[in-house]
Amino acid sequence: MSHALTLITFVPIVGMVLILALPDAMKNAFKWIAVAATIPQLLIAIHLYEHFDTTTSAVQFAEKASWMPSYHITYFMGVDGISISMVLLTALIMFISVFASFGINRAEKGYYAMLLMLDTGMMGVFVSLDFFLFYIFWEVMLLPMYFLIGIWGGPRREYAAIKFFLYTLLGSVLILLAMLALYYYGATPTFDLTELAANSSHYSIGFQRIVWLALFIGFAIKIPAFPFHTWLPDAHVEAPTAISVILAGVLLKMGTYGILRVNFAVLPAATYQLAWLFLGVIGTINIVYGAMCAMAQTDYKKLIAYSSISHMGYVMLGMAAFTTAGINGAVLQMFNHGTITAMLFILVGVIYDRAHHREINGFGGLAQQMPIYTAITGFAFFAGMGLPGMSAFISEVLVLLGAWQTHPFMVVFGAATAVLTAGYLLWTFQRIYLGPLNEKYKDFPDLSFREAFTLVPLGIIVLILGVYPHAILGLLNTSLVHLNQVVLSTSGAAVAMVR
Amino acid sequence: MDLGNLASLKHFIPEMILVAGVLAIVLIDLAVRDKSRLGALALIAAAASLLAIGLEPALSGAWLFHRMLVFDSFAIYFRTLIALAAVVAIWMSIGSKEVKSCDQGEYYAILLASTFAMFLMAESANLLMAYLALEFVSLTSYILTGFLRHNRRSLEAALKYLIYGGVASGTMIYGMSWIFGITGSLDFSVINKALSTPGHLPVLAVFIALVLILTGMGYKVASVPFHMWAPDVYTGAPIPITTFLAIGSKAAGFALLTRFFFPAISHLAAGGSWTALAGVDWPQLLLFVCIITMTLGNLAALQQTNMKRLLAYSSIAQAGYALMGFVVLSNDGIRAMLFYLFAYYVMDAGAFMVVMIVANSTGREDVDAYRGLAWRGGIVPAVALTIFLFSLTGIPLTVGFIGKFYLLAAAIRGQFYILAIVGILNSVVSLYYYLKPIRLMFFEQPRGDEGTVRFEAWNYSLMGVLACATIVFGVYWSPIISFANRSLSFFTGPA
Repeated sequence: MSHALTLITFVPIVGMVLILALPDAMKNAFKWIAVAATIPQLLIAIHLYEHFDTTTSAVQFAEKASWMPSYHITYFMGVDGISISMVLLTALIMFISVFASFGINRAEKGYYAMLLMLDTGMMGVFVSLDFFLFYIFWEVMLLPMYFLIGIWGGPRREYAAIKFFLYTLLGSVLILLAMLALYYYGATPTFDLTELAANSSHYSIGFQRIVWLALFIGFAIKIPAFPFHTWLPDAHVEAPTAISVILAGVLLKMGTYGILRVNFAVLPAATYQLAWLFLGVIGTINIVYGAMCAMAQTDYKKLIAYSSISHMGYVMLGMAAFTTAGINGAVLQMFNHGTITAMLFILVGVIYDRAHHREINGFGGLAQQMPIYTAITGFAFFAGMGLPGMSAFISEVLVLLGAWQTHPFMVVFGAATAVLTAGYLLWTFQRIYLGPLNEKYKDFPDLSFREAFTLVPLGIIVLILGVYPHAILGLLNTSLVHLNQVVLSTSGAAVAMVR
Repeated sequence: MDLGNLASLKHFIPEMILVAGVLAIVLIDLAVRDKSRLGALALIAAAASLLAIGLEPALSGAWLFHRMLVFDSFAIYFRTLIALAAVVAIWMSIGSKEVKSCDQGEYYAILLASTFAMFLMAESANLLMAYLALEFVSLTSYILTGFLRHNRRSLEAALKYLIYGGVASGTMIYGMSWIFGITGSLDFSVINKALSTPGHLPVLAVFIALVLILTGMGYKVASVPFHMWAPDVYTGAPIPITTFLAIGSKAAGFALLTRFFFPAISHLAAGGSWTALAGVDWPQLLLFVCIITMTLGNLAALQQTNMKRLLAYSSIAQAGYALMGFVVLSNDGIRAMLFYLFAYYVMDAGAFMVVMIVANSTGREDVDAYRGLAWRGGIVPAVALTIFLFSLTGIPLTVGFIGKFYLLAAAIRGQFYILAIVGILNSVVSLYYYLKPIRLMFFEQPRGDEGTVRFEAWNYSLMGVLACATIVFGVYWSPIISFANRSLSFFTGPA
């Protein structure tokens, strides 16, 4: 299949145009069009997965066309091991989140159109290899997100939406400046990320550090890394369920993906010098601070939001390790975080749809009323804790093992936080699901088929990756080992550390 | 080439069409009772003039009318831009409720005359000509601003405009007299030769003269500290005139500014960079002006609750962005500025168009009139305004992003890092107030007292064209950038 990447990126746009073209009266058709647009995407993603050559770190399925020759801007798409895992994740989460959106009952036309536009933006970020194109997708994705939170969100949606937009725009303009600096001060003026990476030795170390920091702040806001994380709890709490799922499932990964794609590949020397502080220390703070904040929350969704911040910290810590295990664990954790957090947010949405509040202390004993729901929640909580047999166990252990060789002190904190994580998740579980049933909720129905349908596939993936992580690690390994080598080779002495 | 009066006419057809249009409107206005067709006539004249610019014979450059005007590709770019602005302003006037109550004949005649004067501003090759053209533009603008005779805000705006304008042009002509005293000429090319003779440059005197001249030109482009008139005038004038001032008059100001500060007093070095006169540090001064202009414009806009006033401050900030291309002293920068002025034309005209559509239906210009616009039948203008405002912010897939991209690229290439950082942070700040109407239109439900927005085929069509242009040129902008590229040559005399 040629042009697979163009197809996978722009199929949702076709759906969007179709939705916009239909009259408002056909409101039942919109969601099925959205489903119909995400199915081919998922199929193409599976096709790519099957035909992906895991033995090379080179770019595959590449497509290149000239766009603006005088500025060397190209339409350049391609995937390597890192991006293909994210492409898979995006296609999966988008498919799930369309079904999770069925509860939307206001201005459906706009909602599904925006959702599909968001889909294209995210997919485009993961498949672009031209920095300019990457940036366009990166920014375009902000617009639908802003409207999705602002129109279909909760009571404080306006505040959350504008905070999200301003924060991320601040980050992305720094990326824009860094992009132009890389363009003008490179060996040859180009936006091609593979070429920029190949000429990385051309940049002086002082220049690399400044550009690295600009890029890092831009990407860190998306992760979100401490202290740029304050937009995330607001955005999550106000966003509708499906949007929270996308936000946690895919959007946050774009931050760490960007760091790997640009900071690591294009500025390896600066990465090697700065990563311990900005990825290692800040990642550790994320882990500990996120978990502590989560423990203090009384809003169910905010708790999940902070736990998501905490788990993204493992990704950063793994990236700072510069060991094969660490970086593999980091990207695997990106994937696992996507599936597990998506489950958690859907679960929050399920109870919110019934009770119309999320106050943890306001529930109790739901296990008696909703056994299936409680069972799946328990499963997702255990996955979040990183219990053996679940996917997050593998990735977190890889991260901690990998980072132990370079940053043992941080690992102590990272590993100890597992106790905190177990603490707040179990405590929440106890308060919501165990104990005597709160009389107000005795009529609640258990999971509907649609709700179960959004949860079960994710659960299955969590289990499969828990026992057979190679399904994703196999994709990643070659590319990541290569990337790791690139970074380490900027410092001669460091090569010894590769095991 | 130095053409005489008659030989020049061949290159003066677009201007002559405008003059013919003015005369025709005045005559028909006297003879015919039904005035409703005068707008269409003005539109035809402006469009014909635009067409004539497109059909002009290729020529590397010439002086017209004994070195009063200059005909070169730079002038073609700006005349095109100004003619486009005139077409938009006339189109809007025809669809505007406010303008319907005015005297049609005078209105359109003065609008075309103003366009003609702006053409002359873009083509001046002589300080005297520049001054006359600028005054001509100012006088017609004062009248157009105060055209709503029964509206006190409109009259107040015209008076403010007049007083500020009088001071600014008085200061400017005083500065010109210094230049004349120093160089003995008003001709740009002669000034250039005189100032570049080594060893005879009275640095301080030239600097003072330039500052004085900058007053008049800065007033036209509404740069800080000569911007104070803009918010009042933009708010008081009829919306089509606000649009015309915001895009046309500003473009003409930039044309004159560029022509004076680059070919007249600077030198083009190899590699497309310009060197200013030794010792006369106007670039530093303008760098400061540029940074203050965009920052102050944006900060002041944050508090506005009237859409016209908000867009007025935004247009001050936008002028600041365009100046970024000016102060980096390179052809890269000038090209970016040219492109940005085009982008600004498309998106700002579009934004004012939507303001007019809402004002036509509801009679209101305050931000609250936009509450829930998307949910009370105004989804099309709401989406269009969103596109324009995002473009003004500089979000990708719009022409405004490409414009900012070129400006930043020029700044970074010229190693103006602080400028680039200030510029980019400003666009983040600007997002906050551009989102204000967007938030009201989409996130809030109508309260019921806002009135409905009616469909108007005439106005919606232009709005649609501008919205499409904003997006199309945001994806495929090479025609505009190559036009700007071709327009980088200034005629300064036979080589």
